[in-house]
Amino acid sequence: MLQRLFGTLPVLLLITLLVFVLLHAAPGDPTTMLLGQETTGADLAEAKRRWGLDQPVHVQYVKFVLSAATGDFGKSFRFSAPVREVIAQRLPATIELALFSILIAVSLAVPLGVWAGARPNSWIDNLGTSLGLFGISMPNFWLGIMLILLLAGNFHVLPSSGRSTQTGFYFLDSVLQGNWIALKDAFLHVVMPALALGTNMVGILMRVTRSSVLEASNEEYIITARAKGLGEQVVLWHHVVTNALIPIITVVGLELGTLLSGSIIVETVFAWPGIGSLLITGVTARDYPLVTGLVLMYTVAFVTINLIIDALYALVDPRIRY
Amino acid sequence: MKLAKKSWNGTSAATGHFAQAKRGSWAGQHPWMQAKAVVGGLIVCALIVIGTLSPWIAPYDPGKQVLEATLKEPQWFDGAHFLGTDSLGRDILSRIIYGARVSLLVAFAVVVISGFVGVTLGAISGYFGGKIDFTIQKLVEVVWAFPPLLLAITILAFLGQGLFNLILALVAQRWIQYCRVVRGQALSLKSRDFVTATRALGASNQRIIRRHLLPNLVQISLVIGTFSMASAIIAEASLSFLGLGVPPEIPTWGTMLADSRSYISTAWWLALFPGLCIFLTVLSINLLGDAIRDLLDPRLKRTVKG
Repeated sequence: MLQRLFGTLPVLLLITLLVFVLLHAAPGDPTTMLLGQETTGADLAEAKRRWGLDQPVHVQYVKFVLSAATGDFGKSFRFSAPVREVIAQRLPATIELALFSILIAVSLAVPLGVWAGARPNSWIDNLGTSLGLFGISMPNFWLGIMLILLLAGNFHVLPSSGRSTQTGFYFLDSVLQGNWIALKDAFLHVVMPALALGTNMVGILMRVTRSSVLEASNEEYIITARAKGLGEQVVLWHHVVTNALIPIITVVGLELGTLLSGSIIVETVFAWPGIGSLLITGVTARDYPLVTGLVLMYTVAFVTINLIIDALYALVDPRIRY
Repeated sequence: MKLAKKSWNGTSAATGHFAQAKRGSWAGQHPWMQAKAVVGGLIVCALIVIGTLSPWIAPYDPGKQVLEATLKEPQWFDGAHFLGTDSLGRDILSRIIYGARVSLLVAFAVVVISGFVGVTLGAISGYFGGKIDFTIQKLVEVVWAFPPLLLAITILAFLGQGLFNLILALVAQRWIQYCRVVRGQALSLKSRDFVTATRALGASNQRIIRRHLLPNLVQISLVIGTFSMASAIIAEASLSFLGLGVPPEIPTWGTMLADSRSYISTAWWLALFPGLCIFLTVLSINLLGDAIRDLLDPRLKRTVKG
């Protein structure tokens, strides 16, 4: 496990290099973009010096990697605040949205997939498989727009965009404070974006659950379990599903990455103040430190998730050791 | 819920079915699968025809603005604009027809280029091993560490918009799918007897890869390519929606959806039709992909998932 952990370091270093090269291959000068075309001479040079843009590229890169290693991504051009603070302020919104999407996806897809896999080619299997295909083929941002159109525009049951006025983890905060009105408000705001974001995952997870349940139910230990006289439900949930868990966990982990990038676009649709919409803001403003910080954070998160998934395998299947 | 009895004896209804199915033939395939293939295939063919013939089919010039006829509701068969007009008075149906052309062209280019790059690098990586393999796999690892779409967004944001950059950004992420699978196949193929025999006859590495490895990798690449095409269409639409894809003057389904956002409470048809097109296109390609995968090799069910 430790070896795997160190193995990711060179990859992360290569990623910073790739991002850095890309950012500097970009046409356009960040200082003029930020200060306006009229700024000239001394002001421009002063701004360049302040943001370290006057130094040679390789010096900028080494400085960047060294400070990034200590968690310091520099100062955002656009927000005139440390990147770390800007990201930290927006991060809870994205985490909350992602957790809700996973919750929706897992609670829909896993039972449906188990049901379909346990009775192959029945009507429920065909229905589930078709739903899965729909989920995979649905562009999440269009689903988002359609949800706004229907639920916010036509029926006025849910707010169309945004979160609320507070920052941070609304759910945790309102539960801790016992503030049920705030909790309801937070819930109403999160439903549509989470649904839009979770639908693809429902489709993929349902397909994988179905096929791994189907595969596990053909194993010999299942025949043994049935021969022992165990009930169908016990066999299904204790023997089939527990053995089908590894592919399911793998897909949940992999899909977390898709969820992260899906949130970029879903957050834009719903004006959700998370790091996804922050990335698009940074990209349009050519905010070098902010975009680099965000991209690096996304990749570190993705790599970490994959490591955690690997560790989970050993927990689910004691035969796996690292 | 009761478990199907037949799933315990080793050949469940579904797997037994596919196990009996003869490779490369429709005999013994489930009727639902045939239906999937027919429906998916028909829609994809229709889209290709519409895309190719768009200048002749479209009732209007997709860029023509008629300021007297802005935001007209769909008039179906009773008026000049079947699916209505947008905020600049442009005909929605014409823009959708031209949009099909752009979407399909971009997705096709992405799939072909990333297929070429991925299969080549994967075959080289698996066949030669050693330092080349190490370098290529490090590259794969770096790209793999990016959540999907993030690399494309990063590339487009800093290289700017345009068809070429869009294709480059989408290829940058997609070739690794081919590379990973093909590398694995090449690794197992290279130690097979027929390859050893060919080498003993004095064939060069290049000839072995070209004549003996690649033909064995065609099927799996075709399956990956089909699913990759579906995801490329969604990715292109997503990027255009974010304003990072093709230039705004070219009509695409993604940019049409982006335009629709300002009128969401007043003009539902702006958002409904382009999105429906993306959904139906992706759905039918996925249907076709499922069918091709099951037809070519039922065993692929485990390695390639749509």
